[in-house]
Amino acid sequence: MSRRPDRRGRAAFLLALPILLVLAWSVAYPNVAVVAGSLGEGLGYWREFVASPADREALRTSLIISVLSVAGAVMVGLPLAFLLTRVEFTGRRMLGVVATLPAALPPLVGVVAFLFLFGESGVLARGVQTLFRMDHAPWTLSGLWAIVFVHAYTMYVYVYLFVAAGLERMDVSLGEAASGLGASGRFRFRRVTLPLLTPALAGSMLLVFMSSLGSFSAPYIFGGGLRVLSTQIFASKLSGAIGMAYVETTVLALSAVSALLLLRWIERRRNYTLSGKGGAARMVVRAGWLRTLAPFLAGAAVLVLILPHLMVLLVSFARDGSWTTQTLPPEYTLDNFRRLAQDSQLWRPIRNSVFMATVATAANIVVCFVAAYLLVLRRFKGRRLLELLVALPWAIPATAIAIGLAATFNRNDLLSGRVLLVGTFWILPLAYFIRGVPLVATAVEGSLRQMDPSLEDAARGLGASWPRTMWRVILPAARPGLVAGALLAGVTAVGEFVASVVLYTHANRPISIEILAQLRSLSFGTAAAYSVLLIVLVLIITAVARWVEGRGARHDADAASVPPLTA
Amino acid sequence: MAGKLTLERITHRFGGGKPAVDDLTLELHPGELLALVGASGSGKTTTLRIAAGYEQADEGRVLLDGRDITRLAPQGRGFGMVFQHYALFPHMTVEENVAFGLEARGIRKAERLRRALQTLEGVGLAGKGKRAVQALSGGEQQRVALARALVIEPRVLLLDEPLSNLDPTLRESTRADLRDMLHRLNVTALFVTHDQEDAFAVADRVALLRDGRLLQVGTPETLYDLPASRSVAEFIGRASLLPATVSGGKAAITVGGRSLRVAVRSGGTTPVGGSGLAVLRPEMLSLAPARSPGPAAESDDIWSGEVRERRFAGGVTVYDVMLDGGQGVEIASDVRHARPGDRVEVRVVADAVAVVEAAEEG
Repeated sequence: MSRRPDRRGRAAFLLALPILLVLAWSVAYPNVAVVAGSLGEGLGYWREFVASPADREALRTSLIISVLSVAGAVMVGLPLAFLLTRVEFTGRRMLGVVATLPAALPPLVGVVAFLFLFGESGVLARGVQTLFRMDHAPWTLSGLWAIVFVHAYTMYVYVYLFVAAGLERMDVSLGEAASGLGASGRFRFRRVTLPLLTPALAGSMLLVFMSSLGSFSAPYIFGGGLRVLSTQIFASKLSGAIGMAYVETTVLALSAVSALLLLRWIERRRNYTLSGKGGAARMVVRAGWLRTLAPFLAGAAVLVLILPHLMVLLVSFARDGSWTTQTLPPEYTLDNFRRLAQDSQLWRPIRNSVFMATVATAANIVVCFVAAYLLVLRRFKGRRLLELLVALPWAIPATAIAIGLAATFNRNDLLSGRVLLVGTFWILPLAYFIRGVPLVATAVEGSLRQMDPSLEDAARGLGASWPRTMWRVILPAARPGLVAGALLAGVTAVGEFVASVVLYTHANRPISIEILAQLRSLSFGTAAAYSVLLIVLVLIITAVARWVEGRGARHDADAASVPPLTA
Repeated sequence: MAGKLTLERITHRFGGGKPAVDDLTLELHPGELLALVGASGSGKTTTLRIAAGYEQADEGRVLLDGRDITRLAPQGRGFGMVFQHYALFPHMTVEENVAFGLEARGIRKAERLRRALQTLEGVGLAGKGKRAVQALSGGEQQRVALARALVIEPRVLLLDEPLSNLDPTLRESTRADLRDMLHRLNVTALFVTHDQEDAFAVADRVALLRDGRLLQVGTPETLYDLPASRSVAEFIGRASLLPATVSGGKAAITVGGRSLRVAVRSGGTTPVGGSGLAVLRPEMLSLAPARSPGPAAESDDIWSGEVRERRFAGGVTVYDVMLDGGQGVEIASDVRHARPGDRVEVRVVADAVAVVEAAEEG
């Protein structure tokens, strides 16, 4: 008895083949090259790594910072999530939006904003100095705690988003059932709420851990003399110790991938399906004092959250070189922006960033749409491999991705599949593309999973050809994810710093590199103007995405209030 | 035009192991409504998907009007399919959903809209073409799915549990509507259901599947009155199976040493060796209060027993009676006043019974 060959499985494999090749070439190959490079002298580089006190310190510091960052992010994010989902007060929704701001903006802009506000010569330090007539700034924003502070401030958003989503989804009747069974508030929290939140909380904590581990901007700018793995890699590469850079990159990537595997394991182990229509009724906290205090707390929180970015806006109008020891910049002007627009040398990075982000995101949309379609709706040989290739760039820190590209695409050698891209314009779009793959693919997968799989069968059964089915049925179903994923990838690419700093050339230098250069030459006004422009770009991309999504969603407008098609 | 669909010796396995469909042969005459009935996991949906072309059978052939279409892709078959959860395109309006199959056939917009609206009218949804599909009730969605499948004038219509998402009241009325509509349009239809009441109410013939194998195919009356095997008798309707021996066209049904003789229903199977199980439906037995407290007299054509439970079911009252000799039977009776613990006399009131093989087949 021989089975008939599965026609659909074969077609899916043929479709998957080019995608697999592209991803294997761009995602997997550079990592292999790094690992191979680290073994270039047998175990020599590795012995050197183990023997080097600087590297041991870097690894230890990276881990310590990551653990502390997780603690800090949970301390901010968890109470905020409860406050914003469980207490009803005026301005709750607005605060909910503002609370996600630190993660929506490019990390480098956040770091610059911190510098202006909390730095040694920032507004706060100068203010305190003036107020108490001190000789020196009262603090320096540098070292381990400065990095942890910046991490907690930007990464609490993950904890907040995950836990808030978990709380919104949680079936209100579970809490009601618990109290009906005689459970008191605290008991209910400990035995019902918290266990149900475990997956969300654990997931977000690991995300913070991985982000901290790979974080480059904060240690690079606030680290002082502190060594962490990501900056150590950069230093090794700059000093020409490329073998060491490979070992350090491998160690960093392996640590991150282990964290990812742990995350997946936890998700699989405690994956409760929270049934019911959660969030329909808000479980309102009735304590009077909390409700009175909540708007004030919320207002203060909003101020704290947006103050750094307001500072960037303020400084962008400061005349370069005028702000030295004063609390606030003394002179204001529009010159910074005028120069950006008029000086072609200054305009160049903006054009570069927009163009490279557009190219990378367009490639992401095509490749990730097909990949997500295959992963969600098709069974074929190589499915597990595709799944792995799509997720890999998410786990691997940007520094490691950049080192991989530098190690792989440094010469033309068709036999080994190498193309000379290092030193050319195209190395950065490729890096952005790789970083965007998991963002877009995951978002599209999410949309396609919500689609009833029989829609595709239905379209085919009604006589629609494969391209028509893709165009009329699959693409519309994938659209929300495509838009959201492309938005995320575009925003990430336009402000990308970490991979760029390793790979850029003068010709393709992006905005982030230019901000750094301006900071170095103490042109704070120009640096801030670039940052404001970057924020504006991010807002424009977001607005365009909203508009595209809104245009497509008009059909569903009158359906929003009725229950979904299938349970 | 209604087509003739033939499934010929279909076998299909998912990843090796036990076949999901096992050597199944089935023929649908043009214009016939055939129901595939079985418990979940019996292979009925797989059979439907093989007929539609969504699955490729490992072995066997699918024929349409005698032409082999086994290897033909779904979009080439011109079948209509109604999915269990309807699979309506959520981003299209009702009329866009219905017109989709015409769009795929390159029919121009005005024409396909006209035909979509006409079909919508036919399923009682006139004036709802512009609505979003999510704005419709479950029953309306079901009819949109039906309209979408019918508008392409399918050679064969396939329906996967078309009634399972409807609430009980709606379900009753939809059964009759569906049967009328499909007969009026003269469509050949194969529909899958786990609910034998649905199957009896809608289908001309019913095919019963278990573990991927066809147990019996026939009119609902045939399956009920003349089950081909013990499995069929147990699955279709309610039945008490009592030991019987067959000779000379009569079955002697014996409980507790007392035999009642009833004619064997003609047209059915006869067990090998003459002994088997008589299939006694609840309405084939009658019950009366015992005239004396002890066992009945030898001369009477009755069994004695004791009521264990009763359940009022409107027109009749259903009793669970333990016969002397240790056989439990279910009886639907006009008698209302018997209570658990009462002694009763039980008669066979049917003219004839079916007798099936005692051993389970397969």
